[in-house]
Amino acid sequence: MATITVDGQEIQIDDSERLNLIQAADRAGVSIPFYCWHPGLSVVASCRMCLVETGTKNKETGEVTMMPKLVPGCQTPAKDGTVIVTNSAKVRANQNFVQEGILLDHPVDCPICDQAGECWLQDYYFKHGHQERRADVRPFTSKRREMGPHVTLFADRCVMCSRCVRFTREVSGGGELQIVDRGSHAEIDIFPGYPLADQMSGNTNDICPVGALCSTDFLYQQRVWFLDAQDSVCSRCSTGCSVQLHVQQNKLYRIQPRYNPNANDWWMCDIGRYENDYVSAPERLTSIKQRTGDKFADLLWPEGLRAIHEALTGVAAKNGGERLVFVLSPFLTCEEAYLLATYARTIAPTVQLALGKVPVVGQDEKFKSGFTIRAERCPNRRGVEEVLRHFQGSILDWDGLVKKTTAGEFTGVYLTANYPGPWIDEAEVAAFERVDLLVVQDILPSPLARKAQYVVPGVTAVEKDGSYVNHAGLLQTTTWGIRPAEGAHVDGQTFADLLARKGLYQADAVLAELAGAIGFFARASGGVPEAGLNLVTGTEKSPKTTALGTVTHPLPTFRSVASEMLEVE
Amino acid sequence: MYLGPLLDGLATTAKHLVKTVRGDGMTRQFPEERPQFGNPLIYRGVHRLNKDDQGRVKCVACFLCATACPAHCIDIIGTAAPWEDREKYPQSFVIDELRCIYCGMCEEACPVDAIELTSLFDLTGASREEMIFDKEKLLSVYDATIEQEPMRSRRAAAESQAGE
Repeated sequence: MATITVDGQEIQIDDSERLNLIQAADRAGVSIPFYCWHPGLSVVASCRMCLVETGTKNKETGEVTMMPKLVPGCQTPAKDGTVIVTNSAKVRANQNFVQEGILLDHPVDCPICDQAGECWLQDYYFKHGHQERRADVRPFTSKRREMGPHVTLFADRCVMCSRCVRFTREVSGGGELQIVDRGSHAEIDIFPGYPLADQMSGNTNDICPVGALCSTDFLYQQRVWFLDAQDSVCSRCSTGCSVQLHVQQNKLYRIQPRYNPNANDWWMCDIGRYENDYVSAPERLTSIKQRTGDKFADLLWPEGLRAIHEALTGVAAKNGGERLVFVLSPFLTCEEAYLLATYARTIAPTVQLALGKVPVVGQDEKFKSGFTIRAERCPNRRGVEEVLRHFQGSILDWDGLVKKTTAGEFTGVYLTANYPGPWIDEAEVAAFERVDLLVVQDILPSPLARKAQYVVPGVTAVEKDGSYVNHAGLLQTTTWGIRPAEGAHVDGQTFADLLARKGLYQADAVLAELAGAIGFFARASGGVPEAGLNLVTGTEKSPKTTALGTVTHPLPTFRSVASEMLEVE
Repeated sequence: MYLGPLLDGLATTAKHLVKTVRGDGMTRQFPEERPQFGNPLIYRGVHRLNKDDQGRVKCVACFLCATACPAHCIDIIGTAAPWEDREKYPQSFVIDELRCIYCGMCEEACPVDAIELTSLFDLTGASREEMIFDKEKLLSVYDATIEQEPMRSRRAAAESQAGE
């Protein structure tokens, strides 16, 4: 163990840990301010905000030898005997000067800046600034301009930390952003004709410590202190990025990545971040529908579920359980898959179970840092497969299902879909033409739903609780951010109602039940930590072991903004 | 025994009767006779949205009034401004005058002195919808009151001084 002294307080860190002074001080609960440093990027030590006093303590004599000058905390490694002083007059004076220097050039347009409320410049001004403005220069102003489809630059607000530039060079690898010109004329820019248009561009908005890079999609939509954050998991590919849903009054305003060393580090892709229109699409299915001829009639939930239950048991009684198949979509959570499979087997023990269509788009897209957008565009293929394996031993996949259905092997199909976009082609729809009873559970109308006898509304991933198993076997829990589209029920509730279980569906209770029933999920019996549980390898990193993982600004609450206002008074 | 206090009371009545007949009593013939405020500029009545020197809404849609509002009666939708020299402006700015408690916090919070309370105090309406003031209505209050009540912010005063 290495002993480090932070402002007189001694802490122990592991010998294997390679921490800089910012991270070491954070372990002791002391926060050193910084702009340019980011744990996911290389160190440039250019902002000078994290300068601290440091020295070495002699183990034998206990004598402390200090370095004569201030050193950047981000660039200096913490080793056994390191002494860090963050609260001396010298350090404070430097922080004041750096703040003052940055603010000389900064337009104080906080009222119209989207970053206000989650701006490090604002925070550090309150904590380390409060300097009188001594220079009478007018900051230059410039109009906003687009860096790419999702990124807007306000060049006048930039503090030249170069995080975004390093991000495009080191993480996404495109290298689109540069610093052009020098000195006080320096600006972030792109080469003409080469916009920042890759699938990682949205991350530059997150890592910008000030309001220079703003999300074009979120621009002026809402002030951040009105938003509530909900920890969730992205459902758009099998990487399963940990995300935060930012919502207000049941509207999803934006999605930001949440640090998870087991899944996505600090990043997420623009597909998961921005392609969410389907959640609020006006054509969302919101009631149980029964088809007679070409017409669909709405049914109330209790009578609709009763009719579906009777129809399913009717098929099983008439033709035998093996001619009824339940299709479990990879968009279902593990809990929902478990409940639906349990329900299927209560109808008849021979009822067949199949894996729904696994949407695959192109190839895995791997970026320079290793972050990958998986070709498999669904969150929970592995989890559903494990449930199927438990109930049935073997897995009937989508192609097999289509083949068997075309051959007329199934007369009843209960199909869950919940895909965020069009997912089925005409040939596959044709396979289900000869099925006597087709029940489709989906969030959006599809050609298949038009053929169904019953249509059950499902809910999107941002509207439900549950857990997913990603491509590597990482089990993560997700919580709902917004309520289901009016009229729709959470899928888990629908299945619990079909099973005639009493009370409200609670995902964590079902997960505990699932962990007891299926060996693969056994580790989840004690709950799932924030960074997930790897059910395949049995080990995972905890975000605590890598200090300062979450450098994205915590969302300010309405109350914190108000109390800060009062404190300043 | 009660005669003394009774006469005292009647004396007070008679005093006020004489005062009222002479015309300096407490009773005012509202609405024919409008009350006089000591200083109408600090009265907290109906809101107005101020206009800038080009006649555009001064508000920059920063939501600070909505944040400060204890009654949550201000509802703003912000968007990029259509003008070259302005960045953000309110696409919609709605105040529910029935929900408002006329505390004046919005006026205090406004960084650009766009929202002000006027001395219009006798606000009435026949329906709830009528009392929900949108941007156009709030700007029309500005037009109606700017003659009697100039923009009274420190900033506006400083600007006019600098202009002179």
